Amino acid sequence: MNNIGKNSFDIGRMDALAAGDSLLHRLDPRAKLITTLVFIVAVVSFDKYALSAILPFFLYPIALISLGGLPYNYLLKKVLIVSPFAILIGVFNPLLDREILFHIGSVGISGGFVSFLSILLRFVLTVTAALILISLTGFNAVCESMRKFGVPKPFIVQLLFFYRYLFVMTDEADRMVRARSLRTFNSGTMSFRIFISLIGHLLLRTLDRAERIYRAMCCRGFDGHFYLIRSMKIRVPEIIFMSGWVSLFVLFRCTNVPLHLGTLITGIVP
Amino acid sequence: MHMADALISPLVGATMWATTAGLIGYSAKKLKDEADDRKIPLMGVLGAFIFAAQMINFTIPATGSSGHLGGGMILAILLGPYAAFLVMASVLTVQAFFFADGGLLALGCNIFNLGFFPCFLAYPFIYKKIAGENPTQAKIATGGIIAAIVGLQLGAFAVVLETVFSGISELPFQTFVLLMQPIHMGIGIVEGLISAAVVSFVWKARPEILNSAQGVASIVKVDMKKLLLGVLIVTLITGGALSWFASSNPDGLEWSMFRTSGKEELETSEKVHASLANVQGKTAFLPDYGFKKSEPKPEASESPTWPAVDPGTSVSGLIGGFLTLVLAVLIGIVLKRRKIKSLPER
Amino acid sequence: MTHHIVEAIDLHYTYPDGTVGLNGVSFRVSHGESVALVGENGAGKSTLLLHLNGCLTAAQGTLRIGDYPLNSKNLNEVRRSLGMVFQNPDDQLFMPTVFDDVAFGPLNFGMTKDEAKQTVLRALETAGVGHLAKRPPYKLSQGEKRSVSIATVLAMSPDILVLDEPTSSLDPRSRRRLIELLKTFEHTKIIATHDLDMALELCERTIVLHGGCVTADASTQEILQDEAFLHANSLEKPLCMQKISLWDPNKIPHHTHHHSDYTHKK
Repeated sequence: MNNIGKNSFDIGRMDALAAGDSLLHRLDPRAKLITTLVFIVAVVSFDKYALSAILPFFLYPIALISLGGLPYNYLLKKVLIVSPFAILIGVFNPLLDREILFHIGSVGISGGFVSFLSILLRFVLTVTAALILISLTGFNAVCESMRKFGVPKPFIVQLLFFYRYLFVMTDEADRMVRARSLRTFNSGTMSFRIFISLIGHLLLRTLDRAERIYRAMCCRGFDGHFYLIRSMKIRVPEIIFMSGWVSLFVLFRCTNVPLHLGTLITGIVP
Repeated sequence: MHMADALISPLVGATMWATTAGLIGYSAKKLKDEADDRKIPLMGVLGAFIFAAQMINFTIPATGSSGHLGGGMILAILLGPYAAFLVMASVLTVQAFFFADGGLLALGCNIFNLGFFPCFLAYPFIYKKIAGENPTQAKIATGGIIAAIVGLQLGAFAVVLETVFSGISELPFQTFVLLMQPIHMGIGIVEGLISAAVVSFVWKARPEILNSAQGVASIVKVDMKKLLLGVLIVTLITGGALSWFASSNPDGLEWSMFRTSGKEELETSEKVHASLANVQGKTAFLPDYGFKKSEPKPEASESPTWPAVDPGTSVSGLIGGFLTLVLAVLIGIVLKRRKIKSLPER
Repeated sequence: MTHHIVEAIDLHYTYPDGTVGLNGVSFRVSHGESVALVGENGAGKSTLLLHLNGCLTAAQGTLRIGDYPLNSKNLNEVRRSLGMVFQNPDDQLFMPTVFDDVAFGPLNFGMTKDEAKQTVLRALETAGVGHLAKRPPYKLSQGEKRSVSIATVLAMSPDILVLDEPTSSLDPRSRRRLIELLKTFEHTKIIATHDLDMALELCERTIVLHGGCVTADASTQEILQDEAFLHANSLEKPLCMQKISLWDPNKIPHHTHHHSDYTHKK
């Protein structure tokens, strides 16, 4: 499978996860969206040398993955593969900020090293939270809840269209790329000229498709308005879910739980 | 390049979210005013096209590396700035959710960096000026290439500013600029060549498509200055309000931390450090971002947070941190067990 | 009472690039008839279908759908009474879920949400895909997509059904299910197709298009047995007739088996 196929397969897989039927899947998408956003803001609001204080936040992804029956390995792999950018930028910190922040035994730990680790922790947490949201909720439901929160309708509707045709277009691109590579012998490389013609044709097909879709819509009475029948309700489970997690986040954010824990232990065992 | 959640402060994230949300709202309203029923499905499918096309790579001659499409400029040329901006926002949203490209908090930054500049600056003020009302192939090519390069340069510069203002990365402003701008010069040239070539391809095959887009685009030109002013105001007000909030609730510990590290860096003779401290000095109110430390003061002084220099606390932190992780994992395992047990019953 | 007829009188249409689409097409399909529209690629089938639902307007000639001569004023009523199933289900199914898609038409035509809900479930049941309501369209098989496409149209309770290549890219079993489903509909049907076996089975009458003109309009049996005529129109005898002609030209096989599980699909 080439790159394109893999990516659309990947999205398909997350979509399949979202079709699950756990207690968490059944929660109103808005509850999950809000909790996720609070989580992310809480995590990134730590100062740049925060390390141990961030750790309790791992409870959230771990608990949700377990309760939602999501595959640990798969999500972990996704986190590891993506965004070298954070690491790329963060890796300069140990080089630039060499001021020793504290010692473990005789080894001095520099501020840059701590802040680099902190970046990595934030990265893993925020990325995992977003992946979990989608895997438990599905993209369409997330869009619909954004609509409920007042995101303009034209934006949401075209976003839903985009998601619907993402699979169709990636399949089409995939077929074109495969057809080309089967007829070339230096299959690894593609020249600019071929590339443009490929993209250009893909674009023309896209425009034709848009026209056909529009026709199909008109044939069923489309007049510029979209109606979606959705019954979203915030009930007791949603309130428990949101208030429970949010108060935990506040607790974790305001007190350094691991530090207290550690002080307790080192106090007992000198 | 995508900004990542891990690199930005909530202040920067929130400011850019507010700005982007405003732009999305405004663009959606403009789209409604255009009242072109055809556009919504077209936008969706074009977004899917950009998404798919971004995955196709070609080989850049003599470098061994590969290039691919970004898409902002092509979208702007085909759809006009407002619709193009919304489509770009959608593409980035899906990438943030599924491939964790960037992240949710950084999504505002990313939409701004990769959508605002090509759609609202490079397109109307460069591409349109060069391509004009009666485009020829040469004009389309020149306009497309220059506009794409400028769009990406501005986007890259925005990445630098957002990172530096966030203060999570230690990369000093100058170094970062010297790193990002040339890289994005290369990316911009590639993007420009692709945009120009693809648009010319469509123009040759189906000129009427571009002509209709031109028609739409000429209507919107008038509002552009108002829009830019609006963006500037929203950004300044949000950023200003949030940083006022941040500075009115300063956390004593962090302020002093920041001061000392800044001073010591000045003392070191290394140039990079000096310039970093310089930039930090200028932007001092920003890196100490808001939303912080809602904990009561006395407690904060009793139990200093992590970056305390007391070795005893560090060891406690390490042990405690380790224990916390073990606990979290244990909870996970228990929850998973319970779930598996309860499965057959359902 | 509405008469579910389709009548075309001397339709002409030329595409902007100069390609002639229709060159004087006339026919009349009356209430309850089932008509196959056949012809080689580029003969004008799709162009004609796009006229039937008002997506294209003929440069010359008139078109009557039901009681109305088609014009921009009654376009919406015509589109409601003439349900069009497009060739590619991916073009027809554009909403997030199957349910939303089937509800699209009814909601646009002003049904309340509760009415629409009932209608959607009924249409999905009729098309034998009630179990797919919550699924996103891209997760469906070709056969399922086709059935859902038909449900999207049924939900608008049309009088006339127009189908463009309904059996294309279906596996044999899905094709069979579809044919059996279409047999149960009492609507006036116009089916554009290359699947002449299906035409023979479903449609008593066939209209042949060639180069934008009607070259034949007669009973399906009659047309499909005239080898010389078929050859001249780039067509071929349906497979079942080719085989049978070796033994007994008068006996056409009737497919009656294995359609029982259509509505009971897992």
